[in-house]
Amino acid sequence: MCELKCNTEHPEVANIIEAHRNNPGALIIVLQKAQSVVGYLPKEIIKQIATGMNLSESKVYGVATFYSQFHLTPRGENIIRVCMGTACHVRGAVTILEKLQEQLHIKSGETSKDLKFTLETVACIGACGLAPVITINDDTYGKLKPSQLKDIINKYR
Amino acid sequence: MIKLAHEKQRILICGGTGCISTGASNLLESFKSTLKAKNMDCEYDVILTGCHGFCEQGPIVIIEKDNTLYCQVTIDDIDELVSQHLAANQLVERLLYINPIDNRRISSHKDINFYKKQHRILLDLCGKIDPENISEYINHGGYAALQACFEQKPTDIIEEIKVSKLRGRGGGGFPAGLKWEYTRNADGDPKYIICNADEGDPGAFMDRSIIEGNPHSVLEGMLIAGYAIGSNIGYIYVRAEYPLAVKRLRIAIDQAEATGYLGENILGSNFSFQIKIKEGAGAFVCGESSALMHSIEGHRGMPRSRPPNSTKKGLWSKPTCLNNVETFANIPLIILMGGNEFAKIGTENSTGTKVLALTGKINNTGLAEVPMGISLRDVIFDIGGGIKDGKKLKAVQIGGPSGGCIPEEMLDLPIDFDSLYKAGAMMGSGGLVVLDESTCMVDLAKFFLEFTHNESCGKCTPCREGTYRMLQILEKITDGLGTQDDIIHLERLSNNIMNSSLCGLGKSAPNPIVSTLRYFRYEYDAHIEDKTCPSGVCKKLISYRIDSMNCKACTICLKHCPSQAIIGERGKPHLIVSENCTRCGICLEKCPFQAVKMG
Repeated sequence: MCELKCNTEHPEVANIIEAHRNNPGALIIVLQKAQSVVGYLPKEIIKQIATGMNLSESKVYGVATFYSQFHLTPRGENIIRVCMGTACHVRGAVTILEKLQEQLHIKSGETSKDLKFTLETVACIGACGLAPVITINDDTYGKLKPSQLKDIINKYR
Repeated sequence: MIKLAHEKQRILICGGTGCISTGASNLLESFKSTLKAKNMDCEYDVILTGCHGFCEQGPIVIIEKDNTLYCQVTIDDIDELVSQHLAANQLVERLLYINPIDNRRISSHKDINFYKKQHRILLDLCGKIDPENISEYINHGGYAALQACFEQKPTDIIEEIKVSKLRGRGGGGFPAGLKWEYTRNADGDPKYIICNADEGDPGAFMDRSIIEGNPHSVLEGMLIAGYAIGSNIGYIYVRAEYPLAVKRLRIAIDQAEATGYLGENILGSNFSFQIKIKEGAGAFVCGESSALMHSIEGHRGMPRSRPPNSTKKGLWSKPTCLNNVETFANIPLIILMGGNEFAKIGTENSTGTKVLALTGKINNTGLAEVPMGISLRDVIFDIGGGIKDGKKLKAVQIGGPSGGCIPEEMLDLPIDFDSLYKAGAMMGSGGLVVLDESTCMVDLAKFFLEFTHNESCGKCTPCREGTYRMLQILEKITDGLGTQDDIIHLERLSNNIMNSSLCGLGKSAPNPIVSTLRYFRYEYDAHIEDKTCPSGVCKKLISYRIDSMNCKACTICLKHCPSQAIIGERGKPHLIVSENCTRCGICLEKCPFQAVKMG
């Protein structure tokens, strides 16, 4: 999922483009679907979408870089999201993020070299009763203390 | 309303995102299998409902026959709940809610202050019905309002909404009836209805809970709007980060289509309407109406200057009526109870109720629906159960990043559009964050500025450059390098950005600074003049030390310190070497003898 090694057209992405070619305003949907198939949006895919949708590459890049949902680089096996909502902030989310950066040796927004972890922040996951809270893939860890992080991360190593 | 005749007794499990993330879906399965194993499955239905609002105590289970509310239920508790409560009619005391005031256990949710002081009309069915089953909505009076509308002229419906004095719940508080009228009277075809479900405010989750708990109420509101305005197509722009809300909306739309509430010639009338879901892709600015419309069109979500307003030239340059989730959810209620009756709830100029998301340093984190005009004090102390850990309340931040802080002295302020605006805050989407003495107001302003700066789309210079410059100044102050000139710069920048930004994001971005400067100037002064952070938050301005009198030399802090900043050994009081200390606070958290001090 994480690495794409092909110079030819991605067949599934071609199908997605085909299905949406005539829908006005479909670019975001096409990008969302392509990313869910490929895992991220490498330049070959951007190019394929631009050609297929009859748009300039800069237009496609413009949209892909505007929204936080789109990723132009490979993603880690485990996605750690630190909630930075107001409730989490006042209950210590910054320290949680700092500890995670320290322990994973990556900054927020980065993926570890072994493609094991991607660390990112989210504006609010809406589980404010659990603040401070992080999610790892589909698992939620709430009411966190910095000292618990090491054990939690080790479960995913 | 028609009452649903249940053959079986019901067990309601909260299926809001908060409870699901702490394991509510596992409870559903476990309940079902335990009931089956005990041959009791013919007596009870177990239902995953929408959010009950009482997130702090989740996962929540309600036994409907006697309204018993159980808190923080885990899989291990199910067996006891079934054999003790359901089979033997005995309360499982240890899982009941504890009233923080007198430590008494309360069994019925009707007796819990959190629910008692609310006025739940929008959230009434959230937590009572299965949101994935349209018949439950219909049996509770759903779609009756739509049916009633078909017997009226569209202009009469608009009149009714005007009489109700409903103001848009997205933040600005624009009169909904007026917006509908403008769209109806605008030239252009087709006309569009848009439901804004791009709730991006940190600390706000009311729209999500309404969709998750009662999606059909939103669809019905949109349908009525479509009929009144003369539109046949509606879009729901929903955050992709809300997967459960998206899933339940899709189910609701499919079911409404299958039962004839959506599609061609609805309920045998001449009116046809379809609703499409557009998933957002993660951009706060897309909550702004013109940016949202650009995003639906497949572009970068950047706002445009106005006029013309969206009611004249909106989506694909056609007349468009955009309201948010909560506004639409109010519509069926207004039709059923009549505009005049609705206007009796709340205050003269802010009618109806408001759903608030209570978060921060408050005992009862959760979702509360209150009549407009209720005081902040009643919300925080009665519904919210007061401040966590017995600390002192410092301020309330209301309205998300665009809102402002209201200090403790003003707690009797009524919650309505106009009084909040006058106090320098705003209703916004209704996120209410309670702050106690351990919150640094300068740091909080910095937090919001960091957010708005990151989320600025970059189209207009005042917002793009101005928020960045303000953030830099706040960083300088929290690093202990601020001067009084910085305050003057902040004030000047705030003025300029508010007056010259293109859209609401920029216009309101300085609000957190303006309101904290207005009410908490002394905290800025402490950072600038005394180089201290009175709340102990700004890391560059605090340090940790070990009080040798209290230190038992147990080595716990030393073992846990991640940066080897603590020296000492067993039997010898420890010391913190401040050059190595990263001020993470783990020593403070871990010391069993309160020997670690900040200052």
